[in-house]
Amino acid sequence: MSKGIAITGMGIISSIGNNVEENYRSLIEGKTGISRISKIKTLHRDHIMVGEIAFTNQELEQQLGLTPDNNYSRTALLGAIAAKQAVENAGISNINTYKTGLISATSVGGMDKTEAYYYDYFENKATQKYIAGHHAGHSTQKIAEQLGIEQSLVTTISTACSSAANSIMLGARLIKSGQLDRVIVGGSDCLSKFTINGFKTLMILSDTYNTPFDENRKGLNLGEAAAFLVLESDEVVQAENKPVLAYVKGYGNANDAYHQTASSENGDGATLAMQKALKVAELPSSDIDYINAHGTATGNNDLSEGRAILRVFEEGVPDFSSTKAYTGHTLAAAGAIEAVYSVLALQNNVVYPNLNFKTPMKEFSMTPQLELKEKELHTVLSNSLGFGGNCSTIIFSKKQ
Amino acid sequence: MKAVYINSVGSISSQKTFDNSSFLDDIISYEDHIILAVDPNYKDYISPANSRRMGKGIKMGVVASKIALNEANLDTVDAIITGTGMGCLRDSKKFLSAIIDNDEQFLTPTSFIQSTHNTVGGQIALGLQCKGYNFTYVHASISFESAVLDAKLMLENNEANTILVGGVDEIEDYTCSLHKLVNHIKKEKVSSTDLLHSKTEGAVFSEGANFFVLSNLKQDSSYAQIVAISTYNTLNTNITDVANTFLKENNLNIEAIDLLVLGNNGDIAHDSFYNELSSGIFENTQQVYYKHLCGEFNTASSFGMWLASKILKTQKLPEAVKLNTVQVSNYKTILLYNQYRGENHSFTLLRRC
Repeated sequence: MSKGIAITGMGIISSIGNNVEENYRSLIEGKTGISRISKIKTLHRDHIMVGEIAFTNQELEQQLGLTPDNNYSRTALLGAIAAKQAVENAGISNINTYKTGLISATSVGGMDKTEAYYYDYFENKATQKYIAGHHAGHSTQKIAEQLGIEQSLVTTISTACSSAANSIMLGARLIKSGQLDRVIVGGSDCLSKFTINGFKTLMILSDTYNTPFDENRKGLNLGEAAAFLVLESDEVVQAENKPVLAYVKGYGNANDAYHQTASSENGDGATLAMQKALKVAELPSSDIDYINAHGTATGNNDLSEGRAILRVFEEGVPDFSSTKAYTGHTLAAAGAIEAVYSVLALQNNVVYPNLNFKTPMKEFSMTPQLELKEKELHTVLSNSLGFGGNCSTIIFSKKQ
Repeated sequence: MKAVYINSVGSISSQKTFDNSSFLDDIISYEDHIILAVDPNYKDYISPANSRRMGKGIKMGVVASKIALNEANLDTVDAIITGTGMGCLRDSKKFLSAIIDNDEQFLTPTSFIQSTHNTVGGQIALGLQCKGYNFTYVHASISFESAVLDAKLMLENNEANTILVGGVDEIEDYTCSLHKLVNHIKKEKVSSTDLLHSKTEGAVFSEGANFFVLSNLKQDSSYAQIVAISTYNTLNTNITDVANTFLKENNLNIEAIDLLVLGNNGDIAHDSFYNELSSGIFENTQQVYYKHLCGEFNTASSFGMWLASKILKTQKLPEAVKLNTVQVSNYKTILLYNQYRGENHSFTLLRRC
């Protein structure tokens, strides 16, 4: 059997909690983080709902101990908070003891600042510090700085909603090949007018609480979040006698090659991604105990993903649920958020309820897990599917 | 572990590089602070209906990838890995300005759909019906190098046999006006030949797409072998030490390098990294530069790889790229170095095959 890559630390900040423990508590209590938007002034305020993090930028800056002349976007602030938690959780005191890299994922990047100062840049010199933060890699550079990672492999992936799953995948491959001893992987995206209006024009934003896999689903709620995981080689784990939270057992990436923003009706890309991940993990589909689905609650995604799950698992679909009803769709961060939730599911032997579900979809008879379920879990499969046809699957396991 | 080869190239840049049968035979000189890519006849590669829907970055990426695929005699590949610093900038700006100018009203989805960073990679996959591995890296001046590093990893481990890898960025007016505000773009117009003597801050901005078919199967037409590639977010020592360590990791010494390809962009505040190498440990090594030809953009170093590939295959070195007077008769091993504004440094090692 192929060997998994050890996860030794996790950090997260989302609309359902400011750390791993708070997120877990919300998940098992069925507590959603979806509300009306408060921090961005938008015309759509009363027509959309979002998963917003309570802290203001100023509060986040204080937590990080930044000076007022910093040029962190909200994406960088959230990312730095989550990544620092992950490193602390992994018990790392000196980040440079081992060859350590950082792979982050974002789709929004510094867009929050660009849209806030679009014209001000030309009038107000004080805002110009944010111009250098315009590109997506800037938030990652800042996170690396916060972690003290220097002169190392630090990069950023942006494959829309599958981005953070891909950073986990790359991290696992870099450790497997011996390029790095340790890598911090994850993603961060803040809410922005850009994405709110973008998804609004695509008419896939729900005006109420999102309802994954429900026949009458009205679309997604956007959310903001960041999550990071620490992956370490067996050598580091042994040398440091590290407790391992779970393993990255398998991963698969495929392209749907169907449409820039829509998924194919039969979920070709998602099917391929899940099949590849099972192949890398060297596991039969019957070994998967729980699927943390992408389940965005758009008409298109849930149908396509549902069909893909049926194609891969046929008669043996395991317990599945989407946690988007808790957090909203956190775009590039989603894969990392759900990786943390998958590891927590393994650690605590629980399947989270799929909130807000009432009516099964007419196209197939698939009902997600509706109540919190306690059962022994060995492997969890997590899907992340996105624009550009990018489809990714990660399999997490309790044993290596 | 399998060796990794550059089997074909496809380049769209501010020089006429889209025809693989020529190699910088006619250099275009510019006197400007922003220069644009020279368009090939896109209709030769994309249907007019598709072409109309595509932004310039997508068009450049799709066509550069087609040129590379044609040269490698392939209809499709196992994977597509794209590097882009800013993605589809024109559509992003179009959508953003519409949000702001129209107070979030009367918006259409077209430009949002095309605005995501992975649009180029997605569109190439769509065109080729390639359902394989598809990644997009967006990390400033190492966006392209990250893509190469990923591809190299896959090919070495035989997870794929052919991978389309490219760097693409398009230029856009609003973003340029911001970069002018903070002197990242030169205030004055500079002629191509004087770029390194400008003694001013900032660079000449541009755009382009350079795609390559990388493979672990060597062909007669192969350009080079990719021996090693490393990226560094920051430096905690000087660049000389990093270069020495990189060479040592690959069991090479300075004398083994026949040619050094540098990413100097004429920015007086940051060219010191290149100068340290060119007047230091590589003083007696032949050196070339290229950003006076292709301009600066996040994935400009992909043009550097195109240049090095061409030199290794043709064993010719265009006069216009020479940085010093050291002359070598036989090019076997080439080292490339690039950075932008003191961050995101990279070393790439190519060998004749």
